[in-house]
Amino acid sequence: MTQRPWTRRALTALAGAGLVLTLAACGAPAGVGGADAPTTESGPTLKIAMITHSGAGDTFWDIVRSGAEAAAKKDHAALLYSADPDGARQAQLVDQAVDQKVDGIIVTLAKPDALAASVKAAVAAGIPVVSINSGEDAWQPLGVLAHFGQNETVAGEAAGAKLTELGAKKIVCVIHEQGNVGHEARCDGIAKTFTGSMERLYVNGVDMSNVASTITSKLQTTPDIDYVVTLGAPFAMTAIDAIADAGSSAKLATFDLNADAVDAMKAGKIQFIVDQQPYLQGYSALDNLWLYKTNGNMLGGGKTVYTGPQILTQSDAESIAKFAKNGTR
Amino acid sequence: MSTATPTDERIHSRGLFERLFVRPEIGALAAAAVLFAVFASVSPVFTQPASLATILYGASTVGIMAVGVSLLMIGGEVDLSAGVAVTTSALTAALIAYWFGGNIWWGVGLSLVSALAVGALNGWLLTRTRLSSFIVTLASFFMLTGLNLGVTRMITGGVATPSIERAPGYELGRAIFASDVPVFGVNIKITVFYWIALVIIATWILRRTRVGNWIFASGGAPQAARAVGVPVRATKIGLYIGVGFCAWLLAMHQLFAFKTVQSGEGIGNEFLYIIAAVVGGCLMTGGYGSAIGAAIGALIYGMALKGVVYAEWSPDWLKFFLGAMLLAATVFNVYLQRRAARGRAR
Repeated sequence: MTQRPWTRRALTALAGAGLVLTLAACGAPAGVGGADAPTTESGPTLKIAMITHSGAGDTFWDIVRSGAEAAAKKDHAALLYSADPDGARQAQLVDQAVDQKVDGIIVTLAKPDALAASVKAAVAAGIPVVSINSGEDAWQPLGVLAHFGQNETVAGEAAGAKLTELGAKKIVCVIHEQGNVGHEARCDGIAKTFTGSMERLYVNGVDMSNVASTITSKLQTTPDIDYVVTLGAPFAMTAIDAIADAGSSAKLATFDLNADAVDAMKAGKIQFIVDQQPYLQGYSALDNLWLYKTNGNMLGGGKTVYTGPQILTQSDAESIAKFAKNGTR
Repeated sequence: MSTATPTDERIHSRGLFERLFVRPEIGALAAAAVLFAVFASVSPVFTQPASLATILYGASTVGIMAVGVSLLMIGGEVDLSAGVAVTTSALTAALIAYWFGGNIWWGVGLSLVSALAVGALNGWLLTRTRLSSFIVTLASFFMLTGLNLGVTRMITGGVATPSIERAPGYELGRAIFASDVPVFGVNIKITVFYWIALVIIATWILRRTRVGNWIFASGGAPQAARAVGVPVRATKIGLYIGVGFCAWLLAMHQLFAFKTVQSGEGIGNEFLYIIAAVVGGCLMTGGYGSAIGAAIGALIYGMALKGVVYAEWSPDWLKFFLGAMLLAATVFNVYLQRRAARGRAR
């Protein structure tokens, strides 16, 4: 085959650019990723790996991570954060932490069966492991030292009691991830303590226009609904518009918070927020690993350490708002 | 090649460089070597035997599928349902074991049958409708995704299958599909050996058998191939069945390694398989490529993915590094091949 010179030049340039990119990829993170790297001046530090099942750019996990980062900074530890929503690949990240001989591992057990073998291997390698957020039923047999999280049923029960107290009669529980066990448990918990009637509504959480239109059409077909409960702050924000579109007078409550939701609560658009304090999950897990390595302490006494539910109402909004803006609530 | 005595260009002996670099996989191998050197220099953990075993394992879970997918791409087609087909296979085995309560091996066997059937159906629909494989397998991608969730919820009421740990036959399955093989004191997952075996078989088929010629011909010039009597339709159906087999093998590993199957997983993985094949030198247009190249592509992907973690780089940038490295590896590969090909054609 013959090649025109420009093709050859373009190819050479491309190859060169590719190599430069590769080199840039090796050079840059030393500076960019410096936030995660240990500080050299403070001598030997602990290296703690945190491995979650978060998808990329999820605000909830940013808060968990900043909690862990704050504790790492205070304890002069280095935090190695990684995440993969795929159970098998999350397990491989745990294997890698063992290869790296870290001083401690913080892991979420959203898919405990996928992670069991890797977590057991880490424990067998003498690395202390604590779990956070998900896996309340699964952590003990794996040799995990402590679990920091919220019991979703308990959180649901708290929300149900609050709804009863606020005089709600007919509510809809909006599930944005069909089949998510934690979501079902929240709605089950509400049903347990709520004295009125509850319906579930399944929406497609990755498609906000679907969330909005489904909630609107539900409120139009069942006008006597007086409370909408969403299971995540971004869905609450969508629900505010959906309720307005439907011309409904239904009020709103949500699980988990973010800065927007706190503002909406301040403005009276959200009645209350059930918070599991994700910051506390990251912070406590890392801090307790540090205590374990430096002083042999561990919280919980073999039982789950609950970080929630904390029920926040309009009167809390003012004080919470500035923390939420910092990305720590 | 202007020499004093004109020689037949068909019998001229080629230099070492061009002999090496006209092979689809050598450029990828060079890129892999560069990548290995980069990570080895920035991370001492990267070259530890245990880390290499982890990298190989990660690569093998992409590589096993990349074998089937690369053959399919040489045959001129793609399979967008390959990612969820793995989950479908694992679910089939787990759900059959759960529903009938018998030996897990019934599930394993029937899952193989269904995986091959899905592959055959893809191929049959493709050759029957003469639509592009993009459309046909996109449709089966959506249908399998829906079936995975729908059937799992219908049978178990949840989104994941119950654990198969107590099913009779589980221990044997675990030994076959999900055990560790100690090599010089390092535990290497058995999938790595399946991967190597599949690559050897696929390479033998491509290079040494008539079927291999059919695959190249079906992908490179289907009309001409049909005219000289190549069974193009059967070849393509066979290639989809091959992808089905690879999906089943990987699915059985996941089933026995993790005991439960999440019905929503596998989406998006089809692109990893295609990426591995393309990085390894397979052409998107068919007719060119190799199974060894796809294996090296999977290795590059595995090294990049794990290397970023071992190097303790910020994970926020992981996907960017991954993309940049894949681009660099592919461009490097293409560049070397073109150079070698130019040398030959002159």
